Amino acid sequence: MTIAPDAFAYVRDLVHRESAIVLESGKEYLVESRLTPLARDAGARDVNDYVGSLRARTNPAAMKAVVEALTTNETSWFRDGDPFSALRTLVFPELARLRPNRSLRIWSAACSSGQEPYSVSMTVMDTPQLAGWRLEVVASDLSEEMVTRARAGRYSQLEVNRGLPATTLVKHFVREGAAWKVSPQVAAPVTFRQLNLVRPFPPMGRFDVVLLRNVLIYFDLATKRDILRRVRQVLAPDGFLFLGAAEMTMGVDDTWERVPAGRSSMYRIREECR
Amino acid sequence: MRALVVDDSRVMRKIVARTLIEEGFDVVEAGDGQEALDALATLTAAGEVPALACVDWNMPVMDGLSLVVEVRKQPAWRDVTLMMVTTESEHSQIVRALAAGAHEYLIKPFTAEGLREKLSLLGLLRAELDGAAW
Repeated sequence: MTIAPDAFAYVRDLVHRESAIVLESGKEYLVESRLTPLARDAGARDVNDYVGSLRARTNPAAMKAVVEALTTNETSWFRDGDPFSALRTLVFPELARLRPNRSLRIWSAACSSGQEPYSVSMTVMDTPQLAGWRLEVVASDLSEEMVTRARAGRYSQLEVNRGLPATTLVKHFVREGAAWKVSPQVAAPVTFRQLNLVRPFPPMGRFDVVLLRNVLIYFDLATKRDILRRVRQVLAPDGFLFLGAAEMTMGVDDTWERVPAGRSSMYRIREECR
Repeated sequence: MRALVVDDSRVMRKIVARTLIEEGFDVVEAGDGQEALDALATLTAAGEVPALACVDWNMPVMDGLSLVVEVRKQPAWRDVTLMMVTTESEHSQIVRALAAGAHEYLIKPFTAEGLREKLSLLGLLRAELDGAAW
């Protein structure tokens, strides 16, 4: 599905009116991806149908939800409640013990503009137990445009303000004109590819950690089940899965069990299902 | 909690103060580094050392970097968290500010959310102080 030009124009005008934020052409993907969960909750067929219903009837609550979906929750770097504390304090020490070959493979399955895979790479670099280990981070996104942006690894001043500690900024980024670019050392382990989670995964090998945050919310139950089943096949039996803070496998796929890790949504495959 | 906002632009002080007030801080403002030192001395005498100071770099009389150096010299101000909030954005400048004793560095322009995330990194966000699970 692609958002219709008139639906996009309506949303753009609404967001501008309510928040002064300008959604330029080319942000259709953003509008579509952020509004899909709202459309689903409202029982609409798709985003165009949902925007159509907004236009037909004034619904202040729904309009507010649309504006919030498009203006908050921009991708940021290490955030409290996100998996990076759990990676540093729980997952990496555990894997350091479990992997005598001193090699780690991590999949960032919805990498958006790249903050997540680069944050993973920086976290590994800053974990003393993993010094000298071989790291491979596979980063994928549905959007070719996002993959291209992510691969460039260039971020604006506003973007590096978002959740990135100043010590990390000066350690792992270099200035490039008005922007900041991730350092070659951070970028080296990361490879990017376009990938649609709904389709069969291409051959990618086994991963020790899979990050699948805030993406299942876009799919119906059957698709969620199917994706989690296929993720299980590419995750090492003793590996770790991260979902978004508000997401869970309960009632979707009970072969997973939640591992307590602060506010992180971290899962492993149940012993008896490995 | 008390916060000191140091900037020679009144508009910028208000922008920073607005988010800090929303986060439950009592905000005191100063227009340059010297005013900030005076305000700190007054607050300290009253037993109200601020938890946080947001400091612009370029200011008349005494600039922000000199202020950071002065604050770090005083044992009584050891617990004041210092965050530079400035348009100065060269790699070397950030390194200098951190080396002088600033804990964080927020580059202008920034969003309210960007400021909140810095407060979160510094452990100064009210919601997280109240119900911290991590």
